[in-house]
Amino acid sequence: MDWQPLVLTFKLAAITTAILFVISIPLASWLSSTKSKIRPVMETLVSMPLVLPPTVLGFYMLVAFSPANTFGSWLNEWLGIKLIFSFGGLVVASVIYSLPFMVQPIQAGLSSLPTTLKEASYTMGKSKMTTLLKILLPNVKPSLLTGIVLSFAHTVGEFGVVLMIGGNMPGKTKVASIAIYDEVEALNYAAANSYSLILFSVTFVILLLVYLTNGGYFKRFAQ
Amino acid sequence: MILDLKLNIEKGQFITLFGESGAGKTSTLRMLSGLLKPDNGSITVGDTTWFDSQGKIDLKPQQRKVGYVFQDYALFPNMTVRQNLEYALQKDQDKSIIGELLDFAELGELALRKPETLSGGQKQRVALARALVQRPEILILDEPLSALDLKMRIKLQEYLLQVHKKFKLTTILVSHDIGEIVKLSDRVFELQNGRVIKNGTADDFFGLNKTSAKFRFSGEVLRIEKDDVMYIISVLIGNGIIKVVSDRTEALGLKVGDQVLVASKAFNPIIQKI
Repeated sequence: MDWQPLVLTFKLAAITTAILFVISIPLASWLSSTKSKIRPVMETLVSMPLVLPPTVLGFYMLVAFSPANTFGSWLNEWLGIKLIFSFGGLVVASVIYSLPFMVQPIQAGLSSLPTTLKEASYTMGKSKMTTLLKILLPNVKPSLLTGIVLSFAHTVGEFGVVLMIGGNMPGKTKVASIAIYDEVEALNYAAANSYSLILFSVTFVILLLVYLTNGGYFKRFAQ
Repeated sequence: MILDLKLNIEKGQFITLFGESGAGKTSTLRMLSGLLKPDNGSITVGDTTWFDSQGKIDLKPQQRKVGYVFQDYALFPNMTVRQNLEYALQKDQDKSIIGELLDFAELGELALRKPETLSGGQKQRVALARALVQRPEILILDEPLSALDLKMRIKLQEYLLQVHKKFKLTTILVSHDIGEIVKLSDRVFELQNGRVIKNGTADDFFGLNKTSAKFRFSGEVLRIEKDDVMYIISVLIGNGIIKVVSDRTEALGLKVGDQVLVASKAFNPIIQKI
């Protein structure tokens, strides 16, 4: 069996999740505490990938990043980056597509903390950053875990966006979900089944671990 | 509701804000500490201006040296008692104060416990110790004892007074409890609908200058004063304070904090310990 699509899938999911973790924390923190008037707009933008058909996102990315158009050609000329038919493009697309899966759990977690926690920290002279890193985030670990796992699993399951901008290039953009589609088209049901079973099992185990951890089963077991 | 305040607090005093729920007491504390921004006016502490709407000065809470004890204690769940205190240390501050405060507050045995395992009274002491780590000049207490049972309340009231004196603080307390207010305050400000409607000593407020009537109730001794050969005992009954005249034998068997029975018999009220 060709393992490349699976390796590619998990590589994409891991990198996307790592990037999302870093950019979502400031964003979620801002969303959970701001009183700014543009907050509803930002929340909507973040949530869009939840309801938007992936092909819409894929289409707009195709238009935006195509070297034939302004932004795409600028990227190509100045930074040498091609985001169509490349792994890099998939990462960008996945980050946008899975954004709400990281931001929303973290935002919800932060909002559920009593405001007096951060206020107490401020009266002790601690900055907002210190408060976020030492007081707030450590108290929302389940939310962080949920965000990481959901983003990872969601990226593993990507199909529509990848189809639009990936180009189905083996070793570069042919992820497992596309590979399965291909094998089914070619009537290689055995191969399709191998990939599907592995994806199913991995995502099942990942989600199961999350529910067990957040439900406190491991703690009880350890006692 | 508009909060319209004019407050003058002397350094070193223990003052109480008193009034109904919604009168603006917590908002006042929040404005003082920088957690709430007033629309108009100024806040000056000693020679420093903390807030001035016209001069566009608004010091952040981080810049104001205030120890704040929240009503829900706001202890950090992810840290032990000791870590909670250590977090409050300022840059380059001498760490020995942690040990000092742990001892003073009798928290030594609890130092490695997490807040969720502590009782209400223990949490209260941790919150108070933590607020003192940075050696603030002003201590703000937002109904810190309201969630505790009577016995623990009394114990911690005395403790608050000790702390106030030992650390030479200016303390601002919000409380509904008349006994507490009488015990602790140098001065009381009453808020109603966002305004200070009265300010004075606790005596001015709670009719400690008026004489008693005939009745039979149980209450708590607040004060025992000698007046020539007689003793005048101030007793808290419900929300009212009664002054009872008693002789030496009765009075010497009592101390502040005792639960007593006050009954009348002709013109001589009888007072005895229960």
